[in-house]
Amino acid sequence: MARVASTRAKVGYTVAAWIVALVIFFPILYTIITSLKTEQEAIAGFNLIPSFTLSSFEAVQSQNNYWRPFTNSVILAVGSTLLALVVAIPAAWAMAFSPTKNTRGILMWMLSTKMMPAVAVLVPIYLIFLRTGLMDTRIGLTVMLMLINLPIVVWMLYTYFREIPGEILEAARMDGASLRDEILYVLTPMAVPGIASTMLLNVILAWNEAFWTIQLTTTNAAPLSAFIASFSSPQGLFWAKLSAASVMAIAPILIMGWFSQKQLVRGLTFGAVK
Amino acid sequence: MGRITLEAVTKRFGDVEVIPPLNLDIEDGEFVVFVGPSGCGKSTLLRLIAGLEDTSGGRILIDGRDATDTPPAKRGLAMVFQSYALYPHMSVRKNIAFPMRMAGVPQDEQDRRIASAAKALNLTDYLDRKPGQLSGGQRQRVAIGRAIVREPSAFLFDEPLSNLDAALRVGMRLEISELHNRLRTTMIYVTHDQVEAMTMADKIVVLRAGNIEQVGSPMELYRAPRNLFVAGFIGSPRMNLITGPEAGRHGAATIGIRPEHIRVSATEGAWQGRVGVSEHLGSDTFFYVEDTGLADTITVRAGGEIDLHHGDTVWLTPDMGHLHRFDVQGSRMA
Amino acid sequence: MATRQTQGLARLMRAPAIILLLIWMIVPLGMTLYYSFLNYNLLNPASVSWAGWFNYQYFYTDPAFFAAIRNTLVLVLGVLTITVVLGIAIALLIDKPIWGQGMVRILIISPFFVMPPVAALIWKNMIMHPSYGVFADIARAIGVQPVDWFAQYPLTSIIIIVAWQWLPFATLILLTALQSLDGEQMEAAEMDGAGPVSRFIHLTLPHLARAITVVVLIQTIFLLGIYAEILVTTNGGPGNASTNLTYLIYRAARLNFDIGGAAAGGIIAVILANIVAFFLMRAVGKNLD
Ligand SMILES: Nc1ncnc2c1ncn2[C@@H]1O[C@H](COP(=O)(O)OP(=O)(O)OP(=O)(O)O)[C@@H](O)[C@H]1O
Ligand SMILES: [Mg+2]
Repeated sequence: MARVASTRAKVGYTVAAWIVALVIFFPILYTIITSLKTEQEAIAGFNLIPSFTLSSFEAVQSQNNYWRPFTNSVILAVGSTLLALVVAIPAAWAMAFSPTKNTRGILMWMLSTKMMPAVAVLVPIYLIFLRTGLMDTRIGLTVMLMLINLPIVVWMLYTYFREIPGEILEAARMDGASLRDEILYVLTPMAVPGIASTMLLNVILAWNEAFWTIQLTTTNAAPLSAFIASFSSPQGLFWAKLSAASVMAIAPILIMGWFSQKQLVRGLTFGAVK
Repeated sequence: MGRITLEAVTKRFGDVEVIPPLNLDIEDGEFVVFVGPSGCGKSTLLRLIAGLEDTSGGRILIDGRDATDTPPAKRGLAMVFQSYALYPHMSVRKNIAFPMRMAGVPQDEQDRRIASAAKALNLTDYLDRKPGQLSGGQRQRVAIGRAIVREPSAFLFDEPLSNLDAALRVGMRLEISELHNRLRTTMIYVTHDQVEAMTMADKIVVLRAGNIEQVGSPMELYRAPRNLFVAGFIGSPRMNLITGPEAGRHGAATIGIRPEHIRVSATEGAWQGRVGVSEHLGSDTFFYVEDTGLADTITVRAGGEIDLHHGDTVWLTPDMGHLHRFDVQGSRMA
Repeated sequence: MATRQTQGLARLMRAPAIILLLIWMIVPLGMTLYYSFLNYNLLNPASVSWAGWFNYQYFYTDPAFFAAIRNTLVLVLGVLTITVVLGIAIALLIDKPIWGQGMVRILIISPFFVMPPVAALIWKNMIMHPSYGVFADIARAIGVQPVDWFAQYPLTSIIIIVAWQWLPFATLILLTALQSLDGEQMEAAEMDGAGPVSRFIHLTLPHLARAITVVVLIQTIFLLGIYAEILVTTNGGPGNASTNLTYLIYRAARLNFDIGGAAAGGIIAVILANIVAFFLMRAVGKNLD
């Protein structure tokens, strides 16, 4: 291939790729633009230049008490993730470094629990939550989100731990490290990057979960996903306000997501694609 | 002190017996090399001694005390792994300090030992680097440094040089031998490279399928291999093994003669053949002689300047004083 | 390393996760199974009685049930087809040397991080709204009657929204797989005279097989449970036109308070999911390590 031709090709590919990217991103972009418009502008036909007003954001915060669902989202996402890590780190550690002939089977089984449709257990979970007073509580929902993401967390950690060579842990053992030392000084520092990306991905998944959060909350514990879903009713016919609420709901996670692209692939494919 | 005794030590993985009951005595200060083909159980045996694997039977004594159920950390042994197993998140200094930190050695004593190990191993300039920023040979030295500072009663090495290139390998080989001369600590060294075995060992243990085929000094094994397996394994190039009528003439099922114990002549000798491939190393030349009617090829070592070419007819004369005779079972005959 | 001490400890460390997931699987499923044989309506909680197979028969004779199964399949297959085909195309495109590849990737991956209710709201109001949406603006600009998407093409609209959400995932995974394709292999094929099309068919596609399998497996798990998108946009309508199995069961449980009926539906969903999972696991098992 001649150099000149390849530069021309690069221009072509670049233009095509950017068009595709902008088309895919457009709904988000247009929502951001609309959130910066006045309500009149928002319904005045197609227009990419807003008047850059923040009034819709202020309105969402004052009228809809945006901060409660936001706080709930943070607590649920972070809380369920930490809880899942507490349970999953020892399990993944054991399966990665002390495998038995059942380990593979156990991992596949864990994955299969993820295939159970949520709706199949809607009835009992709903009733349990009603009767035990867990309905619309943060603690109940935190445990739920922990359980539904636990298999993914175990899998992700397992694939990361597997990459830590067993010989290093043996070396630590030979060097006189107790199990506690081994975990504290050798395993943990080496596992931190893997744990961090697992955490990141799980926070994203928990933040965006929108079945149980809608089913098991009304007002007190409702996170952003449930809060936003309530906008589908007629009060939501304020375009700019709706856009502002949407932007606030997705912005934190969108930004986190941009940083986690690489880990995302491994995490969501259970290490099958790297 | 570093006297290690294995009494009927056995290892099974599931139903597979990798090490049948095995007895071995390793004296304090000895440099012992385990050699044998791939998969014969060298690493397994070393890991049993280290305590990284449980025995399936038998006892392991370290300095006379039963250490069979002692965890690896308490055995007072240090191990250098084939992959070096350095802690990637720690600097060289921290890597070397780690075992001392675990043992609660005071800080100033730690610093002193690190400095002297670094000096001995030429690592002083690299103490603050991470292992990822070191070359293979440097990593190897860090792994050895980490082992030295513990002042263990014995060092265990599992093919420590196999990831290095040929030149470095020779250098490190010398360094490890020198280390042994200086420390006089027991060293157990696993390799499948018989040059390493010959040059470094006080005592070689030849393993086959978990069985000890022969134990002895390098020269004992070279001069009097107990059976065909050892004869074929020790020495480079390999010993020529000849069966058939020629062996029968010497009253044996198989006779063996090393390439360096055969005289070459263009005019006269006991066996006649044709020169096949020849390898000129400068100091020596190896001829692979074909069509002798004795074996497929007979390997012969000759001086560097000898002038023979592909297809030339040669005569070979074995040095009778160095002829090895083996019976039908492959055992050495007196 | 597998010494006795570590093994005992390992068992202890595995236990909490396994026990939790075991309870999480067995208890609610057992309860669902039990409820599915009861006449149990929350509007009339005092009169609970044994129903035998009634709830299942009821589901089986309900035309909404078959509509829901059909819609579920159309939704899953539609989204899978769109995301895999477009995903391969886009991955091939951005794998080429382009300026600003990092930014392009960020723009393309973004929809994946948009939570389902927000995605549905954006499309419903910003894009597909019959009077204020961008599509309507475009229609008016070229002088045609705007389409009332959710009334006229409810299921298609939902497929478009969900495909938009999952296209980034497929693209990113396929791109990752593509980047691990051996460049020398491609060059060797080029030297052997293989054109771009035959290189794609004989080298690229087989190389992507594993990634495609993974995409299909993982998306299917999530796509079977699509819920918020329907809740926010069509509420399953008009009629049952956009009701999938998840939504149907949700409606029985939460809007009709029919615990027994919803439980029977749940059991049917489990059976269907297992059938799908069986085939997927078999396909994936062959493709994974
Ligand atoms: N954890 C294990 N489980 C089952 N079998 C094992 C295990 N570890 C080793 N083996 C088997 O035990 C035998 C001896 O293995 P070992 O690693 O000791 O060989 P080796 O002599 O060190 O070989 P090499 O020179 O290739 O390193 C091999 O057949 C191997 O397959
Ligand atoms: Mg080995």
